[in-house]
Amino acid sequence: MDYFFELFLGGLTRGSIYALIALGYTMVYGIIELINFAHGEIYMIGAFTALIVASLLTMAGFKGLAVLALSMVVAVIYAGAYGFTVEKIAYKPLRQASRLSPLISAIGMSIFLQNYVLLAQTSDFLPFPSLIPKFGFMAPYEPIFSSSELVIVSVTATVMVLLTCLIKFTRMGKAMRATAQDRKMAMLAGININRVISTTFVIGSCLAAVGGVLIASHIGQINFYIGFIAGIKAFTAAVLGGIGSVPGAVLGSLVLGWTESFVTGYISSDYEDVFAFLLLVLILIFRPEGILGKSRAQKV
Amino acid sequence: MRRFFCITVVAMMTMALMITGCAKKEAAKEPVKLGVAGPHSGDLASYGIPTVRAAELAVKEINATGGILGRPVELLVEDDVCKPEVATNTATKLVSDGAVVVLGHICSGATKAALGIYNDARIIVMSPSATNPDLTQSGDYPNFFRTIASDDMQAMLGVKFTVNKLGAKKVAVIHDKGDYGKGYAEFAKKYLDEMEGAEAVLFEGITPGAVDYSAIVQKIAKSGAEAVIYGGYHPEASKIVTQMRKKQMNTFFVSDDGVKDVTFIKVAGEFAEGVYASGPMDVSDLPMYKSAVEAHKAQYGEDPGAFFKEGYAATLALLNAIQKAGSTEYTAVEKVLRSEYVDTPVGSISFDAKGDAIGVGFSMYKVVNGEYVEQK
Amino acid sequence: MQDLKQSAFIAFWFMLLTFPIMVIRVNTIEKVVQWRWMNLLTVGFGAFILSYLWRFLMLRKETKVASVKVTWNQKLMSEKRYYLPFAATVLVLTSALPFFVSDYRVNILITAMIYVVLGLGLNIVVGLAGLLDLGYVAFYLVGAYSYALLNHHYGLNFWLALPLGALLGAVAGILLGIPVLRLRGDYLAIVTLGFGEILRLIMENWNAFSFGPSGIANIDRPGIIGIEMTRTQSTLFMYYLMIALAIFTIFVVNRLQDSRLGRSWLALREDEVACQAMGIDKMKTKLAAFALGATWAGMMGVIFAAKTQFINPMSFTFLESAIILSIVVLGGMGSILGVILGAFIFILLPEELRAFSQYRMLIFGASMVLMMVFRPQGIISNVRRSYEYHESP
Repeated sequence: MDYFFELFLGGLTRGSIYALIALGYTMVYGIIELINFAHGEIYMIGAFTALIVASLLTMAGFKGLAVLALSMVVAVIYAGAYGFTVEKIAYKPLRQASRLSPLISAIGMSIFLQNYVLLAQTSDFLPFPSLIPKFGFMAPYEPIFSSSELVIVSVTATVMVLLTCLIKFTRMGKAMRATAQDRKMAMLAGININRVISTTFVIGSCLAAVGGVLIASHIGQINFYIGFIAGIKAFTAAVLGGIGSVPGAVLGSLVLGWTESFVTGYISSDYEDVFAFLLLVLILIFRPEGILGKSRAQKV
Repeated sequence: MRRFFCITVVAMMTMALMITGCAKKEAAKEPVKLGVAGPHSGDLASYGIPTVRAAELAVKEINATGGILGRPVELLVEDDVCKPEVATNTATKLVSDGAVVVLGHICSGATKAALGIYNDARIIVMSPSATNPDLTQSGDYPNFFRTIASDDMQAMLGVKFTVNKLGAKKVAVIHDKGDYGKGYAEFAKKYLDEMEGAEAVLFEGITPGAVDYSAIVQKIAKSGAEAVIYGGYHPEASKIVTQMRKKQMNTFFVSDDGVKDVTFIKVAGEFAEGVYASGPMDVSDLPMYKSAVEAHKAQYGEDPGAFFKEGYAATLALLNAIQKAGSTEYTAVEKVLRSEYVDTPVGSISFDAKGDAIGVGFSMYKVVNGEYVEQK
Repeated sequence: MQDLKQSAFIAFWFMLLTFPIMVIRVNTIEKVVQWRWMNLLTVGFGAFILSYLWRFLMLRKETKVASVKVTWNQKLMSEKRYYLPFAATVLVLTSALPFFVSDYRVNILITAMIYVVLGLGLNIVVGLAGLLDLGYVAFYLVGAYSYALLNHHYGLNFWLALPLGALLGAVAGILLGIPVLRLRGDYLAIVTLGFGEILRLIMENWNAFSFGPSGIANIDRPGIIGIEMTRTQSTLFMYYLMIALAIFTIFVVNRLQDSRLGRSWLALREDEVACQAMGIDKMKTKLAAFALGATWAGMMGVIFAAKTQFINPMSFTFLESAIILSIVVLGGMGSILGVILGAFIFILLPEELRAFSQYRMLIFGASMVLMMVFRPQGIISNVRRSYEYHESP
């Protein structure tokens, strides 16, 4: 039973990590139905920016929470700016194009950003400092559930609640929902579509940066390639949960995290990814709209 | 219509001419061309670039003293991104460009794909890093040499050390599913099974690049293993060790040459303490090693990366063999390689009939106070 | 003036944006910071120039009216008196080429032609039937592994393996197609992506079957029974084999396009519902596209294994699928000439750019984005066949 519980907690952490990235995916997809392959790269750039800032601050003599807070803020701002720019360059000119064009453009952007960081920084793994402090009250549980895991899980939960509120209750959220439902109609109703889409990208990218900093600090190392794998997994999770739905993304991530954790624990880690993708295939075949997704009637 | 037709024909002809134009060039007194192949871009570039730098530095030094056979040495550096299909193109290009010997490739898979092409062209290949045992032991690749020991030797050392020195009877064998790591782990498992009283309680591959390894760490704990033997590279190793130590597991951690890298200690920090990793014998006292590292620092302002000294050694061994053979002809060079010793940054080495280096030994290291200390 | 201001602003924005990553390099281990101010200037200057270029291209794209003029390539492809001499010239030139160039170039031409056929195969699925397949490489893998394994264990001959690989590819296509083809658009894309990954991972893990990550070496090259060939001869042989296969593929795809099946693909791509109302069996038609596409991939897998003589799972990653898809989309979806051109550009250009190998992928990524922004229909846009009615005088 202990073993089961430990695997459960491990899966919870892993799922929360996926969720932080998956939320951005799901928001963007929900609004313009675009698989933003470059999202994982934004996450990576966020982590890199944070590493640079944190190192500079540490060298300048700052310590503890100040470093975490400052580097997080800078990383979030920069990731937002990158998300904004990427959207303007690679997706905005393609609004009217066929479905495939933005997808190719996104894959190209992802390759570009990876190599940009590779060339400007390094291809080596860099150590990432543990920015998240160890809480005193967590000390007895540390071997089972560490402080950084606690932070990741609670940040994910908070972000999910905030995001849901944003979409449900604010003017911007209303505009987002309208745009997602029918872009042309929303435009006629006086919504500035471009602004809504930009905002969505910026918010999604900021979330990716939050994820980037927390995850890098938890794992302890980064390189230019981390975004790709995390991105694919997070996207899988978002689809699993029902893409376009905020709670769905979190649920899908958790399901994915637990699947991987239990498969590793009880079967073999050799096939953890095989099972993850198999789960995705099965869910899509039997419930194509995902776990929490709403099935939309096809317009004729 | 006719006009268009003409344009097309002219365009095609020009293209064909352009392609032909840059094909073959024969010079009367050409330099000795040393091909260098490996991943120089993409995600594995960090394993290929140090070798290029090593070759550049070694060749710079040799050219400063008049080259070999009275001719300067020229490098032909080609990227193979560690992919077999690209490696065959790289190899054909090097052959077409007139490389007389080749330093590379870095990854075992790419090396295997490329070797046939070199063999047909009678070109000797020396890798600083391809450790797959088949390369030398299968007899399929007579033109292959390497300055690094093969996986099975390392695995044997790792298992013996774990069982005999550390006294661990139950061992978990973990690998990264890669060519290198899985090969090492399979040999480790085989030797464990053959050994009296020892058993492999777990044999599993982890997914490189995964965000978290807590499940596998949990599984290691449950298996009751007293030691972990890990096959793979340092990034995953440091993640696993970190998580194990954070979970307050004090299981021995024994690994391979892919982990015995200074970056491992720097990335894993305090958690690296007490980790065992096998690697080439300690050569840090050799003057040649010191001067090579100094030259690298002077040129690039940082410590050399993985396989730097092996690459440097391979460059010297190849060029020395050409010098002593008096020509770049295959059999003559091969004979020198297999019979004479040459001083390199990894010690004085020669090559056996299969192509493995003699004189490159392995020892086990332990991380103590942030440094690798050789275990005698 | 307005332009200048805007460009200056853009330059400033990019300088700000790339500041941490381009300028600062922190060596966390040695605790040294490297400031590379030159990069900042380069970025600013580059962004300034590029913004002008960008605006110019944008303007051109917007002002260009959709022309109804028949372009040269449309003429070339549709009228017999144009395309016959064209095809003949190309054929003569390509056949003569190996006698003028080095082995290396012949080799990459073979690779390029493999991608031509792969692109044409995927073109059936994506370009004609409009099914987004991100796991096309899975069928390629099936072909490559079936030849490699059968050759390794039973010494199976290349000539037997070639149709067998095609057949197995088709079978895999049908097996995958049946459950997933009722999914629409992006979901289909993700499921195929997942399927491609699953196959690769199985090959990586199931050592007893596939020899795992260390791969299968010493696969036989194709030959004629009883004749020993040197490597150069064998490369040449393969080159002509590939020319023959490419011509065969072009012929088949071209005929398919104009067939009843081909027209129902196009119809299905444009409007599924209307299509069903017209009595087209949606499932069967899609499945046919999927299986036919997979057939070519399976066949090329066999060729690939025979050419490289060594395969391991590393060659079948998602990036490979992405490259094949890019060939189709950049070349021009549904256009045969476009796909051929796309394959040549994609495979030959990076080889020519070897000197810039560091920047190769950077350029690759950037050109994908730029192509999509400025010429989303691809290098050569597809010509829709139209039929006109002329009253006889």
